Amino acid sequence: MHATAAEYDVSTRLVCQKLGVELRELEDWVCCGASAAHSTDHLLSLALPAHTLKQAEEKGLPLAVPCAMCFSRLKFTLHELENKDTLALVSGAVGKELSTAVTVKPMLQVLADEDIPLPIAKPLSGLKVACYYGCLLVRPPEVVGFDDAENPQTMDHLIERLGAEAIDWGLKTSCCGAGVAFARLDVVLKLSHRILSLAQKSGADCVAVACPMCHANLDMYQKDMTVKLGWKTELPVLYFTQLMGLSLGFSPKELLLDKHITNPLPMLREKKLT
Amino acid sequence: MSRIGVFVCHCGTNIGGVVNVPEVVEAARHMPLVAYADANKYTCSEVGQASIRDAIREQRLDRVVIASCSPRMHENTFRRTVAAAGLNPYLLEISNIREHCSWVHSDSKDATAKAIDLVRMAVAKVARHESLLPKQVGLTKRALIIGGGITGIQAALDIASAGHEVVLVEKEPSIGGRMSQLDKTFPTLDCSACILTPKMVDVAQHPNITLLTYSEVKEVRGFVGNFEVDILKKAKMVDYVKCTGCGTCWQACPERIPSEFDMGLGSRPAIYIPFAQAVPNKPVIDIANCRYEKYLKWKETEEGPEPPQCRICEGVCPTEAIDRSQKDEIITEKFGAVVVTTGFKTFDHSVYGEYGGGRYPDVISSLELERLMSAAGPTGGEVLRPSDGSHPKNVVFIQCVGSRDDKVGRPYCSKVCCMYTAKHAIMLREHDHEVQCYVFYIDVRAGGKDFEEFARRAQDETGALYLRGRVSQIYQEGKNLKVLGEDSLIGRPVEIEADLVVLATGMEPSDNADLIAQKLNISYNTYNFLIEAHPKLRPVETQTDGIFVAGTCVGPRDIPDCVAHGGAAAAKVVALLSQDSLTTDPLTSIVDPMKCVGCFACKEVCPFNAIDEQVTRDKRTIASINESLCKGCGLCVVACRPGAVNLRGFTSQQLLSEVLTLVRG
Amino acid sequence: MSVDNGPLIIGFLCNWCSYAGADMAGTSRAAYPANIRIIRVPCSGRVDPLLIVKCFEEGADAVLVAGCHPGDCHYNEGNYYSRRRFALLRALLDFMGIEKERFQVEWVSASEGKRFAKIVTKFTEEMIERGSRKAS
Repeated sequence: MHATAAEYDVSTRLVCQKLGVELRELEDWVCCGASAAHSTDHLLSLALPAHTLKQAEEKGLPLAVPCAMCFSRLKFTLHELENKDTLALVSGAVGKELSTAVTVKPMLQVLADEDIPLPIAKPLSGLKVACYYGCLLVRPPEVVGFDDAENPQTMDHLIERLGAEAIDWGLKTSCCGAGVAFARLDVVLKLSHRILSLAQKSGADCVAVACPMCHANLDMYQKDMTVKLGWKTELPVLYFTQLMGLSLGFSPKELLLDKHITNPLPMLREKKLT
Repeated sequence: MSRIGVFVCHCGTNIGGVVNVPEVVEAARHMPLVAYADANKYTCSEVGQASIRDAIREQRLDRVVIASCSPRMHENTFRRTVAAAGLNPYLLEISNIREHCSWVHSDSKDATAKAIDLVRMAVAKVARHESLLPKQVGLTKRALIIGGGITGIQAALDIASAGHEVVLVEKEPSIGGRMSQLDKTFPTLDCSACILTPKMVDVAQHPNITLLTYSEVKEVRGFVGNFEVDILKKAKMVDYVKCTGCGTCWQACPERIPSEFDMGLGSRPAIYIPFAQAVPNKPVIDIANCRYEKYLKWKETEEGPEPPQCRICEGVCPTEAIDRSQKDEIITEKFGAVVVTTGFKTFDHSVYGEYGGGRYPDVISSLELERLMSAAGPTGGEVLRPSDGSHPKNVVFIQCVGSRDDKVGRPYCSKVCCMYTAKHAIMLREHDHEVQCYVFYIDVRAGGKDFEEFARRAQDETGALYLRGRVSQIYQEGKNLKVLGEDSLIGRPVEIEADLVVLATGMEPSDNADLIAQKLNISYNTYNFLIEAHPKLRPVETQTDGIFVAGTCVGPRDIPDCVAHGGAAAAKVVALLSQDSLTTDPLTSIVDPMKCVGCFACKEVCPFNAIDEQVTRDKRTIASINESLCKGCGLCVVACRPGAVNLRGFTSQQLLSEVLTLVRG
Repeated sequence: MSVDNGPLIIGFLCNWCSYAGADMAGTSRAAYPANIRIIRVPCSGRVDPLLIVKCFEEGADAVLVAGCHPGDCHYNEGNYYSRRRFALLRALLDFMGIEKERFQVEWVSASEGKRFAKIVTKFTEEMIERGSRKAS
């Protein structure tokens, strides 16, 4: 969040500040162990998120998670801790008495809460947004318990509240290929290209995402797609928090909109949103 | 004093090879009340049975114990044997020393000791048997059939042709059921309407059949041979005596409602017949959608804007048959037997989010495709895409939608989908030679006469590409649909650009099948399919005598099976109604009126509603068993606190005597 | 009683499932110890808990009641009643000083002959280990 996904970090903090959502970073959070731990050591894959969960529990605060993968791991851990034997085993590994009494929400769910008023300074009228949730935010439904796995609406409703138009399209929860991001770039390109082209064919001006990995894949590889798959245009990929920030009155510079590989500024200028 | 005869069977070496039969006979001779004991090589043989009959006469025996195979094997045989010698057939007890003894124990000493115990218990029990006489009750020689699909039609025709009166109740305005919605039928490609319509007409014209359409069964009382049924006749608002079915009214009606018959792909007026060949060919007014009825409803409260008054149908009807004074009416009829043929509906595919969850107009169910293919359907038999009316060229079929899928709670196979999809692939190609079909399947299940050949034909002759695998996602891309799936035989993901996707939706029981089952006191499974008395040997009977089930309300099956099933149920009904009176099994519960305190704990537990309240001469309300309904489970006996209820053949005294004889020796 | 060696076990078997299951054990020659004596009842719901108490009172070492699997009752719901009654009886037996392990309830279908034999074998072995009630 401080490095490659700084745009997400900065825009989230700005938006939260504006909306009066107080964020407190856990002092001793650890990596959720995604990819590395959960494919090699089951206990470790539960113990790492459990350590973070325990801190939230001690603080007595709900946990807002910006990354879809981290969210998935934390939810999986909570799900598995429902089993008493697993709870005892993981408690032993963490060295603390664990419980499942922690609320874990994706940042999207926190900020899309309709009870939080949005002081819109600049409605994003005329902007057509393809909301892309990715695969981990909503799956598996029995574990994450968030929105609909095939046709989620949370981000769509939020985007509509910002004054933009959320287009209806069919790949909101398809995989971008993040799981094999480094091993099989060809697969990533193919999957991400499919998502971007459908978004574009469906009339989107940009794609909104809620996960740094999704963003990286969709934003970073558009040049490669041009070379390898004949991807002809550019389709800006923005964090949903950046769109929120824009409508709440922050400048593109503040929101680090100039940091993306696929530059969204010309499009935003054309839509008279900067 | 009783004179009990004990007959021990060698059953060749089946019993004699392990149990020391002479020792058992000798032990029996010394048991209390035993007057005679002997052994037989094969008791069930004619020689063996004759020796029992002779001994009963010669030894003046009044009770008999036969130690042989399981009573589940030969109890009825031996009851007839003792009856032939003049004894009451219920003064017999069978001791199971084969299945429960010689066949499962190898040690001769242990087995012999056990056999002696078992005989001793039977002797103690038989001493307490009473002579029982089966009762005779009268019956109403009429049958009720619930559901007018092909199964109900077949059953009605067969029963009526055998000379019995039949009332056929159908909830829709016409009989015909699901079969009338189909275009062609596999594997012969007969036109469904062409083979069904004559049968529907036969029903309407049969002198023994009374057709009650637009009607529902409300309540059922009574028992086999003597059912009393309340039937709701919904108001049709049309006088069927005056109506000639000329069609002027439904052509004039200005209202348009999505047609249930056309799966919502076409529309119908508010006064309507569901389809052109409807039987009866007379309309009903759909009260919820009729403009004038809406106006009348509005007039009661005068809330909201005033709707138009319409009444066009009344104006155009040449015979003044529209009768708005009709009200829903409940009639009560008597029947001797009931056949349930309530049929099926197709699975609602909107639970499959990955197939669009019902969002994409060009993802349709197979039944919708049937309507699009039918010459009498909303498109006149031209297969046109619902979204833009164009001719689809690439059509993807997905099998097992709501079948063989635990995820949606439908683990069973719907049995007909493989075949109707093969039919669709063949028919689509006949409609349009440029059509390319793709079929995603799990297995192609083509068990049935000429089925495999038919399914092969779809694959080999029409060029349909069968892909073994599931579809993970369908999404709209421009005008077309992108289908992402897997071909598990080559182990690769596949992407198909489709104009139309057809989901082979599975079968599930019609709405309210469970409620009908509850009214009839018959069982249903977790999916609401009705449960037959025995899945193999009693396929159309139920646990409630006189109630029969047939067709797809029992489980998925195709048309020929439904016809056979309906005919089978009819045969059972005819056998029942051909009797002049019914014999009831005397092994029922009985109430001792002196002991009964009228608490009716027995009534609470009785699964068969066999316990009635009865007022005695001294004005006490006590329980009384309806022996025609009682099945002899004995739940009431255990529930009875004062010990007033007993079960014949398994009385408390008998069970106790078996225990005491055994333990005290 | 004529079980010379070992415990006397009384089995109440419902006619439609478990009694037929025991028949099936016979037809498939699935052997089990000869200690059990089977009493046929129409339904496990016909078995009066007091009769079971009587069995123990009279000196039986163990009682087995077997009926149709839940949902499969020939009389629709008889085994649901027996299931509840016997749950209560078990608590009562304990109170009466009869080890509740000596009373066992099983669901055996007509096709589970081998399973019936297995259940009886295991139950008998457990009762042999536990010893006769008279001796204890």
